[in-house]
Parts: sequence; structure tokens; C-alpha cells
Amino acid sequence: MDTYVPILALGLIAAAFAIFSVVIGSLTGPKRYNRAKLDSYECGIEPTPQPVGGGRFPVKYYLTAMLFIVFDIEIVFLYPWAVAFDALGWFGLAEMVLFVLTVLVAYAYVWRRGGLDWD
Amino acid sequence: MNVTTASVQFTGSAQSYLSPTGVEVAFILIGLVVLGSALLVVTVRNLVHAALWLVVCLGGIAGEYLLLGAELVAWVQILIYVGAIVVLLLFGLVLTRAPIGHTDELDVKHRAPAVVVAAGAAGVLVTVVVDAYRKVWLEPRAAVPLGTGAANGAALFKYWVLPFETLSVLLLAALVGAIVISRRGADGDSDEPESVGTD
Amino acid sequence: MPQFPDAVSNQNMTNWFLGSFDTHIPWWFILVVIKAVAAFAILVVLTLFNIWYERRVVSFMQMRIGPNRVGPQGLLQSLADGVKLALKEDIVPTNADKPVFWIAPLLSAIPAFLAIAVIPWGPAVSIFGHWTTLQLVDLPVGVLYVLAISSIGIYGIVLAGWSSGSTYPLLGALRSSAQMISYEVAMGLSFAGVFLYAGTMSPSGIVNAQQHGWYFYMLPLSAIIYIIAMVGETNRAPFDLPEAEGELVGGFHTEYSSLKFALFFLAEYINLVTVSALAVTMFFGGWRAPVPISLWSGANSGWYPMLWFMIKLLIFVFVFIWLRGTLPRLRYDQFMAFGWKVLIPVSVLWLLVVALFRQLRNAGDLDRAHAVPIGIGIAAVFLLLVVALEVRERNQIRRTPPPTVPDYEPLAGGFPVPPMPGQSAPAVPRRPQFARTAAAPAPALNGTTAEEASTR
Repeated sequence: MDTYVPILALGLIAAAFAIFSVVIGSLTGPKRYNRAKLDSYECGIEPTPQPVGGGRFPVKYYLTAMLFIVFDIEIVFLYPWAVAFDALGWFGLAEMVLFVLTVLVAYAYVWRRGGLDWD
Repeated sequence: MNVTTASVQFTGSAQSYLSPTGVEVAFILIGLVVLGSALLVVTVRNLVHAALWLVVCLGGIAGEYLLLGAELVAWVQILIYVGAIVVLLLFGLVLTRAPIGHTDELDVKHRAPAVVVAAGAAGVLVTVVVDAYRKVWLEPRAAVPLGTGAANGAALFKYWVLPFETLSVLLLAALVGAIVISRRGADGDSDEPESVGTD
Repeated sequence: MPQFPDAVSNQNMTNWFLGSFDTHIPWWFILVVIKAVAAFAILVVLTLFNIWYERRVVSFMQMRIGPNRVGPQGLLQSLADGVKLALKEDIVPTNADKPVFWIAPLLSAIPAFLAIAVIPWGPAVSIFGHWTTLQLVDLPVGVLYVLAISSIGIYGIVLAGWSSGSTYPLLGALRSSAQMISYEVAMGLSFAGVFLYAGTMSPSGIVNAQQHGWYFYMLPLSAIIYIIAMVGETNRAPFDLPEAEGELVGGFHTEYSSLKFALFFLAEYINLVTVSALAVTMFFGGWRAPVPISLWSGANSGWYPMLWFMIKLLIFVFVFIWLRGTLPRLRYDQFMAFGWKVLIPVSVLWLLVVALFRQLRNAGDLDRAHAVPIGIGIAAVFLLLVVALEVRERNQIRRTPPPTVPDYEPLAGGFPVPPMPGQSAPAVPRRPQFARTAAAPAPALNGTTAEEASTR
């Protein structure tokens, strides 16, 4: 598609620049080996050993990503709907109200179950 | 509605920088990339690397949509699949602290049945698609007006209302499922901090 | 759908083979290269400028001077910093996943550059006698493109945090990406109202549709939600939780050094420009001149619009800096609660209200005389709803009994421990000689000290 030629051009320039700087950065700097320097940075103390598969993070992050997908899908449907809105009339509005309300029910459920609380 | 002026702005209507065969060549090349990265997704031994190859695969499919003139669908593909679903996958991996390096449990024991199932599924899909569109000729350039937001919105909200409304119920079910999974173990509204772990 | 100004340029561009150059490179391609290089250069220069701008403005807000040595007024300071970074050692930690560690900064920087491609910087102008719009490419789904491309930028952050093989970057990456996806939703929802009014997703179409009034006036709530969301989306103060130095060192790029770090920094500042440019395009008339200037008929033609655009852009960047210089950082739970419990439901309901309004206007049931009071009524209901929710939450907080705090034990478990929140350490009895000179109830005090002495 011809429309994307400019984007490709900009992308190529940006990629060339980014790759060039990453490569140049590894060449121009000094290289003085020091074992402590290559350790994980933890403010100067001995780094804690990585827990072997035992590191536990709040599951809230996962729930957030899940909510994000649901709302992202809603947005993706809202956009063509908004663009075509004038042609759709009352019917289009009713459709979207129904759709949004169903998603809002899900949202309210998540809220009630404490899925939106971070503490 | 003069959508075409927007999308074919640089060449006028007659010339094309990519000739029609050029589009086809690009389509096949991207298709090969998609296929290769899809194979890498299932063969690479590092979980996060596999997720990254999945990004390449899904992005390639978006490229195919673009070549077919389905602009809206292509960017929706990037936004939803690359920008949301694989991010969710990565979240899952990072939350369980996917180890840096190889994961040996990724090896599948039943390789032969897996290959048979995959080949069967691919065969069915290819047959159905080829059979359905045998007599249809799609001119990618002519399809551009059909791929815009307004055209998609009009079609979706006039003729495909039921699938659209059903989708909202699917989303509802997905969210309820996510809540149920994430709160399993922690009973009701107790203040136990819930976490995911590999134990 | 409005007629795009490109229609003008198309007629001129069909002549490019007859054109002045004796090469086989078509003119439109030369223009594309010129515009792509220009967009790239503008972004890099704006980044260097904005870093200096931020440091100087924050300095003045804090009664300091800021960088003023390198170049006039210290303008070249950022460039000098870049050179300095290039001369630093490029550290790749032993624990890192090497290939991903290398790819992450690229994944952060390249999409940042790409997102600006659809922003219109001005109307059609003449470059070497060839008409072209001051916009790299006019996609009919432009705004969706920006959202999609910037969602790729999240990968740079998640992968940087994961591949470092270190704790702080991992935590920072998780926070950062959760924050970005949360505010991306609010951002996406705030755009839908604009599409509803403009009837197009193309940024140039949206700018054209704002000929008779910016969308900031018509959709104030959308604009406000977007402005809040864009600060959250770019991880800037007061939402700069991923870089909360006191908690996470530097966030996801803790382990990065040299030019790899510089690329993350670059991406951050380019994203700042992109979201500001998007705000200007969507809600503040794009390249259109503001009201007093727009009375002059030549204000919206030629190269002037680019000037108005840049001024509006720099005002937005200033707002970003101002926020950073003024507001303290939010707590993570406050931040997430604000995004999910306020911004998202408000923007969904607002969108439905806007759609209802629009449909009433379309159906002819509503004229201007009725629209205003109804609008005010809806706004009042909205406000009441927000206030009611807030009051309810405060009441809940008040009703929850304060947590019972166990009595303070100075030597819990055999170690001296400080008092926990809610506890207080008993007053230290004064030494006898001070107590005797102090006041009347000396004997009593003496008694206690004697008792203490005996227990010791």
C-alpha cells in the first residue's frame, strides 16, 4: 500500500538511528571488567538470589491486564460506531447502550469483588 | 464518500509504486515470516522469547490485512493482539518470574499427535477458505474503501448486530472468569493477599 | 467525510514525471523522504530542547538557575549529555537475557518515532513548487494507528524489566506497564466522543472539522480526561510511580547504561511530544490559529499553521513541566483507583451522554435553545453523582473502626524496636538532677527513678 511508504521510510530512519546508537554505545565506552559491576543493582548490597520460581507478585496485575483487554475491545467497537454514528441513528445508539451496559455489569462485578482495589 | 482520495494520495489512481504483483509478492513474503515465527513460537525453549515470536507472527498477520486493504482491521489487530493479549501473556510470565534461559518442561511428550492435529486443522482451514473464495477476485486497491472505519461501522452495526451484542456477553463471561480464577483460594472477601506463584 | 487537502496535491503530483528533475526518482518519493527526515529531525531536536526546557523551567520554579553553561543559555546541554552517555561503559549484567536486553531499548524508541507520522503539522504548503500537506501520511484510521503503535512501546518496558534479571527493574516494569494500560483505556475512550462529532478517525479530518470551534469547547470532559490520561500514559509526574526513586531506584531501566539508557530517555520525551501533539490535534484545533489571530485571513495558510501548532505543543510541554514542578507523586493504589474507578466509568457515561445529545440534534428534536439547559442539567447530575460517590467513600472510611494497635513493647523479641504507627513511646523520665530543679512534685519523680534504678 503506497500510503505506508512514508511510515516505512520514517521507520527505517528511526530503526537505523536506534540500532546505530545501541551499537556505537557498546563500542565507544570503556570496558573495565569488574564482577560486582555486572551484578544486579540493589543499592550496593549483595543482590538477593533469584527465588527459583517462588517469587510471588500480586495477581492484581493479571486482573488489570484482563480488564484492559475487555475495555480495549470495547474501544475498538466504539470507534467505527462513532464514525458511522450519524448514519446509524437511534438504532445504533440503542445497540451501543446495550453493549456498554453489559460490559459495565462486568465492570461493576469486578469492582464489587474488590478487583479494582490496590492496597 | 471519497475515501480513496485519502488512501491513494501519492500516486493518483493510475500509477502504483508496488505493482499488483508486487502486492502479491509482499503478501507471500510476509506469509512466510508469519509461518516461520509461528513455528518458532512452538519450538523455542524460552517462554518470553516464544511470546516475542508470537508478537512477530501476529504483527505479520496485521501486515497481511493491510495488503488486502483492510486498514481498520489491521490496526485493530495490532492494538488488540499485539498491544493487549500478548501483554497479558507477558504479564502472566513475568508474574510467575519466567526464568531467564531455557525451560525444560516446555518440551512436549506427544509430538506426533500434535503434528497430526496441527496439520489437520491447517488442512481444514485452507480447504474451506480456498473453496469459499474460489470465484471471488479481490482487488486490494478497490477494497480500501471497504476497510475504513465508517464502512466497517455501517456494516457492523446494521447487519451484524447479533454477533456484536453476543460479544458483550462473552466479555462479561471473560471478566467473571478472571475474577473467579484470581480469587480462588482466597475465600470471599478475606483480606488475604492473593498472589500467583508456581507452587 | 470532508474533502482532504491532498486532492489538490494529487493533481500536481501526476505531473512529476514531466518535472524538473532528470532522475527516475518520482517527486512524491523525494517529498516523502524529505518529510520523513524532517519528522525525525524535529523529534530529535524537540527532545533535546524539551530536556533543556524542563530543566530550566523546573529550576526557575525552585529558585535555581539550571543548566546555563553549554551553548547559549545552556541550550546544548542535552547534546553534551548525550555525548557523555555515549562515552560511558555499556554494562550488560551477568543475569541478563542478552538478546532481549538489547532489543528492549529499540522496541521502546522505534514506535515512539513512528507514532508522530499521522499528526498534521499544517495544511498544504509548497515545497520546491510541489504541493503537499505538512503531514507525513494521512491515514483514515490515523488515531487508531497512534494508539496501536504506542501500545507496542509497552513491550520495551516489560522486556527491559524482565531481561535485566534483577528485582527493581522487574517491579518497575510491572508497575509501569500496568499504569500505561490502565490509562490507555481512559485515553481511548476520550477519543470516541471526538470521532462521534468529526465523523472520521483521520487526524487531518478532525482538524478540518474544528474549523468552527475546537472540540475542547464542545467536549470539555473528554479533553480533561484525555489530558489526565496522557500524563498517566507517559509516566510523568505526578504519576511517575515507575521511577519512584525512593522505592524502585530508576524503575525498569535501572540496569541500563550508556546509549541504551539514552534511548529509553529519548522514547520518553518523544512520547511526551506525541501525546501533546495528539491533544492539540484532537481538542485544540490542531494547526488552526487561536481566536484573535484567526481573524486575520492569512493565519491558516502557508507555513504559519506550523508555528501555531508548535506554540500549542510547547504550551502542553510546559504544562507537563509545571505539573512536575508542583505536584507530589501519588501513591500506587490512589493512582490505580483514580484511573479505574473515576476516569473510565466517567468517560463511558460521558460518551453515552454525548451520543444521546448528538442523536437528538440529528433527529431534529433539539435546538440550541434547549441544548444549553439540558446540557447544564446533565452536567449537574454528573457532578452530583461524583460528589455522592466521594461522600459515600469518605463515610465508609469514617465508619471503619480504627485498627486495634497492640501496646508498645520497647523490647519485643529481645530487640529494641521503634513504636509502630498508632503506638507511642512512653516519655523518657528525666534524670534526677534536672527533675529536682524543675518543679514541685520532685519526691514522686525521685521515687520512680529510684525504682527504675533498683530494677536496673
